Amino acid sequence: MSVRHALLALLSEEPKYGLRLQREFEERTGEVWPLNVGQVYTTLQRLERDGLVVSDGTGGAQKDFTITSAGRTELVDWLRTPPSSEIPPRDELVIKVLVAVKVPGVDVRDVIQAHRRHVVETMQTFTQLKAESRPDDVGLALVIDAELFRLEGIVRWLDAADSRLGQLAASPGSVEAPQPARQDAEVRQ
Amino acid sequence: MTPMLEMHQVSKIHGSGPIEVHALKNVNLTVDRGELVAVMGPSGSGKSTLLTIAGSLEDATEGEVLIDGAAVSAMSRDQRARMRRRSIGYVFQDFNLVAGLTATENVSLPLELDGVATGTARAAGLEALRTLGLADRATAFPDDLSGGEQQRVAVARAIVGHRRLLLADEPSGALDSANGETVMRLLRDACKRGMAGVVVTHDSQLAAWADRVLFLRDGRMVDQTTPPRGPESLLDEGVDL
Repeated sequence: MSVRHALLALLSEEPKYGLRLQREFEERTGEVWPLNVGQVYTTLQRLERDGLVVSDGTGGAQKDFTITSAGRTELVDWLRTPPSSEIPPRDELVIKVLVAVKVPGVDVRDVIQAHRRHVVETMQTFTQLKAESRPDDVGLALVIDAELFRLEGIVRWLDAADSRLGQLAASPGSVEAPQPARQDAEVRQ
Repeated sequence: MTPMLEMHQVSKIHGSGPIEVHALKNVNLTVDRGELVAVMGPSGSGKSTLLTIAGSLEDATEGEVLIDGAAVSAMSRDQRARMRRRSIGYVFQDFNLVAGLTATENVSLPLELDGVATGTARAAGLEALRTLGLADRATAFPDDLSGGEQQRVAVARAIVGHRRLLLADEPSGALDSANGETVMRLLRDACKRGMAGVVVTHDSQLAAWADRVLFLRDGRMVDQTTPPRGPESLLDEGVDL
C-alpha cells in the first residue's frame, strides 16, 4: 500500500510534522498498518524532492510539511485509480476508501463507485471468458468461479461501505470516519 | 436501426406533497436488439420501478418511453396490453407460474391470450422449452419441477413466439449459483438471438453476464461500465489462468 499517498491525504487537511503524521496514520488505519517514523521521514523527503509537499524550513522534528497543488492533484488521481494489478487487493481499496473519507473536496461515494465499476468490468471480462470456454473445461471454470466469488466479495464490501457512509451522511451530525476502537478499555476478569 | 427500448429523461414520483418519493430522476436508457443490459443498485435505488416503466406496466411521471420506436404514452390501453403480450417477456424473481397448468401450457399461455390458435401456441411453447433443454418436462406441473426448472420455464415463457424485449427482475431469485448462472446464460443467449434484454439485480455475478452494466443510486443513473475488453486483456495483465 502507498504510504506516500496516505501522507498526502493527511497533509491535505493542514500542515503537519513527522511524528504527528506517523501517529495519525496509525490511528486512521485502525492501527493495522504499523509505520515507523523513519519511513515517514524518508517518504516526506521524497515527496518534497518531487514537489508534492514543501517544508517550512525550520529544522528538527517539529518541521511542518504542507501539501502543494501538485500534491493535491496527485492525491485525487490516486484515489480514483484502480490498484495497479488487474485484480485489486482488497486492502489497498480499504485504504483508499478510508483516506477518501477524510480528504476535503472528495466525494467518497464517487471514489467507491469508481472502484465498483472497475471491479464489475473485470468480472464482466472473466464472465465472458467463462461463457466462451468449452463446456468440458472444468478447470478453467473453477478458476474463473474462484476469481468471480472473490471479486463479488469486494463489490459487496464496497456496497456495504457505500450504504454505511450514506446513512452517516443522512443522519444529523458529522460524516467523520469512524474512529479506531479504543484500546484502553480493558476487559474485566 | 431503431433501438428496441428507449427511455428519455424518465422520472417517477410516488405520492405527493410531504410524502413525495422520487423513485427515478431523469433516467436515460437505450437498449438495442442483441444487447443485454444489467442495472445494478441497492434496494430502494429504483431498479424495479425502472423495469415496470420499461415494460409499460406503470407510467412515468415525466419523460418518454419508446418501445421499438413507438411512444408508450401515445398508445391506448388495448394497444399497450397487446404490445405487452406480443413483444415483451418478463422474468420475475418468484417465477409466477400458474400452478394448474403444465410447463407447455404455462409457456404458451401468453400466445393463447393473444388469440393464437391453441395448437400453434402449444407447438411454439414446446419449441421454447426445447431451446432451454426442458422438452422432457413439457407435461410436468410447476409443483413437480425443481426451482431451477421452474425458472427455466419462466424464461421460456418470456422468449416464446416473437418477443423482442426481455425484462428480468432478480431472475435468479433464491436459486443457487449454478442455477443462477444457467438462467443468465439463457437470457444472454436469447439476446444473442436478437432480443433486447434488461436485467435488474443487486448481484454483481449476475450483472457480469451483461454487455453493459449501469449503476443506479437514489433513482439516478450514476455510472456505467465500458464494454468488456476481450479475455486476452487478463493475460496481458499477467493473470495466470
